[in-house]
Amino acid sequence: MTLLAVEHIEVRYGGLIGVADVSLEVPSGAVVALLGSNGAGKTTTLNAIAGLVPTTRGSITLGTERIDRKPAYAIVRKGLALSPEGWRLFLQQTVERNLRLGATPVADRSRQAALLERVYAVFPKLAERRHQYAGTLSGGERQMLAIGRALMSSPKLLMLDEPSLGLAPAVIDFLYETLVRLRREGLTILLAEQAIEMALEVADYAHVLQVGRSVLSGPARQIARDPEVQRIYLGVGEIRAAEPT
Amino acid sequence: MSSTFIQVIASGLLLGAVYALFSSGLTLIWGMMNVINFAHGDFVMLGMYVAFVVWTVMGGGPAAAVPIAALVLASLGIVCYFVLIRHITRGPMLAQILGTFGLALLLRYSAFWYFGTSFRTLPETLVGGTLPIGPIRIESSRLLAGVVALVVTVCLHLLLTRTTLGSRMLAVAEDADAAELMGIRPDRMQAIAWGLAAAATGIAGALIANFFYVAPSVGETLAIVAFVTVSLGGFGSVPGALAAGLLIGIVEQVSAYAIGAIYKDIVVYALFVLALWLRPVGLMGRA
Repeated sequence: MTLLAVEHIEVRYGGLIGVADVSLEVPSGAVVALLGSNGAGKTTTLNAIAGLVPTTRGSITLGTERIDRKPAYAIVRKGLALSPEGWRLFLQQTVERNLRLGATPVADRSRQAALLERVYAVFPKLAERRHQYAGTLSGGERQMLAIGRALMSSPKLLMLDEPSLGLAPAVIDFLYETLVRLRREGLTILLAEQAIEMALEVADYAHVLQVGRSVLSGPARQIARDPEVQRIYLGVGEIRAAEPT
Repeated sequence: MSSTFIQVIASGLLLGAVYALFSSGLTLIWGMMNVINFAHGDFVMLGMYVAFVVWTVMGGGPAAAVPIAALVLASLGIVCYFVLIRHITRGPMLAQILGTFGLALLLRYSAFWYFGTSFRTLPETLVGGTLPIGPIRIESSRLLAGVVALVVTVCLHLLLTRTTLGSRMLAVAEDADAAELMGIRPDRMQAIAWGLAAAATGIAGALIANFFYVAPSVGETLAIVAFVTVSLGGFGSVPGALAAGLLIGIVEQVSAYAIGAIYKDIVVYALFVLALWLRPVGLMGRA
């Protein structure tokens, strides 16, 4: 069953086109990777799904309900949580308050407490630091807090924007093991990543974006073997040649 | 220490608590949405007129005037947010300055139109007499104003730092988009902030009216005190406004006593300039 369907969306920032034509599907219970190099439109796509930026064309459907045109605060209440690019933590509040803010869509207090205990069980580091201000956390802990905060809304679909960005390899391994665990518990995950191997290892399906367009999609194993992906994704050829790094 | 000096310090603290209360509204609005409300002083003025109307219409004192002023001003603050502020915050900084300045003129001249130009005072008997406290005597109206103002300011601080609502408001203040991702409606939190700020300001006005003249232009005088208090305390900080308010109250009263009432403002503003020169973010502001 398809949980989320994005069909031919376009996002404009003023006169600029952030995303020209992106389509993707997330089946219930699956891990779906959204791949692409820097600037391919991954973040814009996730932000559009979450309702942070308006789409100018296409449709976004969660279950059977159209959610494009709905504001972000309404979308998270429908069970779709985003751990955004750059984490966007509330640095002037404590770890526990950040987590409790994540549970805003959950009205029931005892359920909030249960969710909090579950997040602390998934990320014991956060339990140790519960009374510390989010601004005092390390990069890895901030990523854990961002994911934990998104989990606090008890989502059906968790969207993660580059969870591996800027983190140490050991922390990345831990986070990916956690994602596998969460999936096993029934969570559906949409994962935007530049770290292609890592993402394809845990994903069931993958969608590849290039300059704001969907160019390839299919089962992760197939995408991983596709020589075209290596070329598009790693930018071997025109982009590398034009901008040596 | 002479009892006169204690008397001066005590009246400084009481006045300072009132300054802190009406400045906390200004600092809350700034902290929430980086808007400077130039109509702030006129909110105080309206709170004073509420006290005046409560007395003329129903003969009520502060026990009636304070809650009524809080309700009336909270409603006005929320209306102002939805009708004006929400729209001008999407515009450039200049739109915000001119927008709230326009609101100030609208409120002030509406008061001129409705209440006339004359200065009014509430009867001294409304909160009558003086109370002996140890070696000193304090006017009841000022004691009431200071104590209530202190309590309300502290409550406002506790609301922001200890409750779920406060946590959500601070989240919107720090990152409105991220707050919206949590399922929080930023516009509602901002409307609540305007309601709370205006209510605090209205309460301050209703308290001041018991020992200060009421006139449509009185907001101008009080707005300057609020701006000084907020910049000295640190923009966005309620505890900062409290500390700065008390400090300014004391400095004002001590200099009025020591070198004369007409020079007190010189001392206050000289210290203010000096403090900001040494610490531009204010006493408790974040750099």
